[in-house]
Amino acid sequence: MKNYLFELKEGLIISLKAIRSNKIRSVLTTLGIIIGVWAVVVMTMAIRGIDESFQTGVASLGSDNLYIDKWAWFDNDIPWWELRNRKNLEMDDFRRYVELAKLPLAAAPSAGTNRTIKYEDKSVEFVNIQGTTNQYINTTNLTFAQGRFFNELESKGGRQVCVLGSEVNNKLFPLGNGLGNNVKIGGRKFKVVGILEEQGSWVMGNWNPDNQVFIPIENIFRYFQSQRHRSITINVRAPNSQMVEAVKEEAIGIMRRVRGLKYDERNDFSINQQEGLLTNINQTIGVIQVAGLVITGLALFVGAIGIMNIMFVSVKERTREIGIRKAIGAKNRTILGQFISESAMLCLIGGFIGLFLAMITSMIIAQMDFPSKITPDSVILAIMVSLITGVLSGFAPAFTASKMDPVDSLRYE
Amino acid sequence: MNIITIEHIAKVYQVGMEEVHALRDVSLRIDKNEYVAIMGPSGSGKSTLMNMLGCLDTPTSGLYNFKDHNVSQMNDNELATIRNKEIGFVFQTFNLLPRSDALHNVELPLIYAGITSHERKERAAAALESVGLADRMHHKPNELSGGQRQRVAIARALVTNPSIILADEPTGNLDSKTGEDIMLLFNEIFEQGNTIILVTHEEYIAEHAARIIRLRDGLIESDENVSDRFIPGKKVSVD
Ligand SMILES: Nc1ncnc2c1ncn2[C@@H]1O[C@H](COP(=O)(O)OP(=O)(O)OP(=O)(O)O)[C@@H](O)[C@H]1O
Ligand SMILES: [Mg+2]
Repeated sequence: MKNYLFELKEGLIISLKAIRSNKIRSVLTTLGIIIGVWAVVVMTMAIRGIDESFQTGVASLGSDNLYIDKWAWFDNDIPWWELRNRKNLEMDDFRRYVELAKLPLAAAPSAGTNRTIKYEDKSVEFVNIQGTTNQYINTTNLTFAQGRFFNELESKGGRQVCVLGSEVNNKLFPLGNGLGNNVKIGGRKFKVVGILEEQGSWVMGNWNPDNQVFIPIENIFRYFQSQRHRSITINVRAPNSQMVEAVKEEAIGIMRRVRGLKYDERNDFSINQQEGLLTNINQTIGVIQVAGLVITGLALFVGAIGIMNIMFVSVKERTREIGIRKAIGAKNRTILGQFISESAMLCLIGGFIGLFLAMITSMIIAQMDFPSKITPDSVILAIMVSLITGVLSGFAPAFTASKMDPVDSLRYE
Repeated sequence: MNIITIEHIAKVYQVGMEEVHALRDVSLRIDKNEYVAIMGPSGSGKSTLMNMLGCLDTPTSGLYNFKDHNVSQMNDNELATIRNKEIGFVFQTFNLLPRSDALHNVELPLIYAGITSHERKERAAAALESVGLADRMHHKPNELSGGQRQRVAIARALVTNPSIILADEPTGNLDSKTGEDIMLLFNEIFEQGNTIILVTHEEYIAEHAARIIRLRDGLIESDENVSDRFIPGKKVSVD
């Protein structure tokens, strides 16, 4: 054992020397490995980023939530025309649900629209404006940087007040002086009563509270969309995760009653859950994974071929060296080890360069609000990937070298 | 003490359809502290014999015993170990690693012997000193003269304290003055109790040896003691 370690160490020293004397060629050869490792690290980074973002998103929206809606968000089993032909969910449906439901912790209606929001000369276009009631805040875990959510009075009275998501706020009020000011949403004046803390879940898209603005729902109907043409969503929160199923069962029963369905009629509403969102996210992750693996696989394959090629060249060039080493006592396995470790080392160098580039990429991406960070396991991944590639692609050339006849190789010119 | 015994050794190379009999039937014994020169015309099989004796190559047929080991039966690994521990090679073309300095070249056999770095450096330096290159340890081969390169190669051959030194035309690439210096070094090494076999084309080189074996067409033509320049008290027996 000690002997093997010794040979390994000496082999590594020898291979470092060999690589150093061929710097440019070595780096060029490892290009494939560099790209491969870069791709695999960036891919895992991106997936982790999406995943984390999703988790924080779920955390801020509340994970024990149900969304009663005309539309099935993620369920592709129901044909789109059946969904379209469903009756809209209206405020009356919501009121009757609240009357009848005993299990939920909180329930609130919501109706969204996209509008431009302005403050003085600053404006943000296409902001998701959510109309809801004061109860909405109890269906989420949203936290406030300043102020509060609108209260029952403001909600019932349909007052022109609003709560800004952190990003919207940053754009309109870079100085942080938004609270108490009036902004214009779709041309209407609203007073800012609260500003949310950053929730940091870009992956939720339109759901990302950072990009949302909340106003009493009456304003939506009054100014932006007629209640008759607009289906609302009922946001329901279960007291805890064990209760989610029960709340769902209850909701189905109540909604069937409220909507006046006969026993043989299908539900004309859907109970959506964030699990659905999860499958959606997983699809995205799947696409990234496939793309990443294809890029990684191709790059590593090309890289491995390149390494193998250069190692064959190197073995050929150093035939005489191999002869000398054998003449003075190098065993076949010593030579094998020497060339495999040279190839592994070469790939490892490529791996570290790839990792370095991935770190830079990660920093650039982080600038663009895409969560990404290099973690110890991506470093380990990079090292493993490049080591394995190195050993595999170095094996054939090293084997050829180890089997060379000492006399013939000494005679080689 | 007997170091090398070969009996009816033959070596046949297959070149295309043709068989080349490099060695036909060679038997030989070499004892400790002998100084043997092998001579013969070009193509007579001298290098083939040396490679065989040096365990770089195995005979097509015949028996080879090195000390108590039956070399004709050995696998690659065992041959490598014998080469490393028992044999010191000196080549006509020096065969040093071009990118390594003198010290590292001399260290190399000790690396394969599994000796720790510290001891290696010490022994390699001592070997270089003994061949008169104490001040050239960190020179690369291309920064050394031919004679100096051959000295490095000799130091490398000596550093493991082998049972035998084999030199195939060690002065072949050197001018006669430098060649003579190298031969004086071999004499010195011999007088320290080493066993030396060298191949040469030159009579005046062979004269340094105590025994001259002449090959012709893969056979021993003659094998004679030519000198009485033995160290007193050391008896050299010849079959
Ligand atoms: N690898 C080989 N393949 C085929 N034939 C070989 C090989 N090695 C040697 N021979 C042949 O074996 C014979 C002996 O060669 P060897 O090298 O032993 O001669 P030598 O006595 O050392 O000659 P020189 O004085 O020129 O070095 C030659 O005819 C040579 O052509
Ligand atoms: Mg020869």
